[in-house]
Amino acid sequence: MRKNIFRSLLFSVISLLALSSCSTVKAYQKNRLNDAEMVLGNRKIEKTENSFQTYREGSSGANSGKTGGGCGCN
Amino acid sequence: MKKIFLSAAAMCAMLVAVAQTTAVKDSSFKSRKLKLDEISLVSSYYRQNGDHASVTGGIGSEKLSDIANVIDISFIRHDNKGRKNTLAAEFGIDHYTSASSDQIDLKANTSASHADTRIYPSANWTVEDENKGRTYGVGVSVSSEYDYLSLGANVSFAQKTNNKNGEFSAKFQAFLDQVTLITPVELRPGYNNSGKDNRNSGTAARNTFDLSLSYSQIINQRLQVLLSGDAVQQNGYLSLPFHRVYFKDNSVHQEKVPDSRTKIPVGIRANYFAGDKFIFKTYYRFYKDNFGIQSNTGSLEMPVKINPFLSISPFYRYYEQTASKYFAPYATHTAADEYYTSNYDFSKFASNFFGIGFRSAPPKGVFGNRHLKSAEMRYGHYSKNVQLNSDIISLNLNFK
Repeated sequence: MRKNIFRSLLFSVISLLALSSCSTVKAYQKNRLNDAEMVLGNRKIEKTENSFQTYREGSSGANSGKTGGGCGCN
Repeated sequence: MKKIFLSAAAMCAMLVAVAQTTAVKDSSFKSRKLKLDEISLVSSYYRQNGDHASVTGGIGSEKLSDIANVIDISFIRHDNKGRKNTLAAEFGIDHYTSASSDQIDLKANTSASHADTRIYPSANWTVEDENKGRTYGVGVSVSSEYDYLSLGANVSFAQKTNNKNGEFSAKFQAFLDQVTLITPVELRPGYNNSGKDNRNSGTAARNTFDLSLSYSQIINQRLQVLLSGDAVQQNGYLSLPFHRVYFKDNSVHQEKVPDSRTKIPVGIRANYFAGDKFIFKTYYRFYKDNFGIQSNTGSLEMPVKINPFLSISPFYRYYEQTASKYFAPYATHTAADEYYTSNYDFSKFASNFFGIGFRSAPPKGVFGNRHLKSAEMRYGHYSKNVQLNSDIISLNLNFK
């Protein structure tokens, strides 16, 4: 467990260091990034998909969805 | 299927009526009055079938269908410091039928739990200071169904970097839930095999606390990434009282898992706009918990822009997990086991989910209706390699 958490943290830190070399993109250069399909996260239409996957699988989280509240008993 | 379209049509008609009374807004004007910003409707129909129902100890039909409707209304206003205040209210209602719930009483053809309705309203308020790139938020939620009540609250904070190309965000959520203790009938005190339903009850607490952290970064004009991670702690009654577990000696028991669970998921997303028509949306998540489950999730979605206002998005998601150390199939556990479950959602399996989505957002509105800003439809087929298949179709309409 600790080894995996450490690996995940290391992965995140390396990624963040890599990101620090990014070039600044001005607001007027963001037309592609602002496209509705480029949203970093789940769109509203994926809400119910996330719910059933959370209920039918043993894991959840790290996907902008809820991580509790609701039974999913069946 | 007919029901979902009828309910969606009725809600659309209502929303169009509301939207047509709303004045057209000038986006450059920062109103200090609370104004309707957007109304969003999500409707979906889900059905599944499988052979490993937990209610009957890991054997039996998992046939289930669910119709969900969620309406989301957001209002905005700018306060006297120029900060953008957003109030988002949501109301969701699900109606499901479940073959396995019918088996809480093995002699019943249709017990009260065969069908149920869940309602889940929530409200979130955020204050965004665009000059400082800072956002604060608070929210509350309720989820209520026949045997389960969940009360939730959250606080959030987000801060953009100086050049507005990166954003750190943190969110803390708490869910205080009550599980109604519905026991399989043959395990209820006083059960005399006559089919008499001695409805025992009482409730037990289940609390969930979740800290979510994420950092998003624009890499260049075509690529942006997001790193996210959660630390989730659950305490209380984490079993489900009507899940049966059959031991090797054919004796029947209620599912029993520990009363504390820690979950650590970490994920990364990267979205890339290639040329003028193709977008690649990738996602990977690693997950581990102290029940012994470790999982990997990877997905790729590729929206193709037919024109600037219409896109088609095929998608694929792969998921695999190891089994929980408390899981064993039907008639495998023994009295020596301290904890036991035959819930196949805790078993070792892999799943595939694929489908396609369509999105239309013409500048003059969908079907020429200037209030209907976008319409989206999505279908997906899901299959587990432990004999479970499901389909989901969803519709999202956005009104402004």
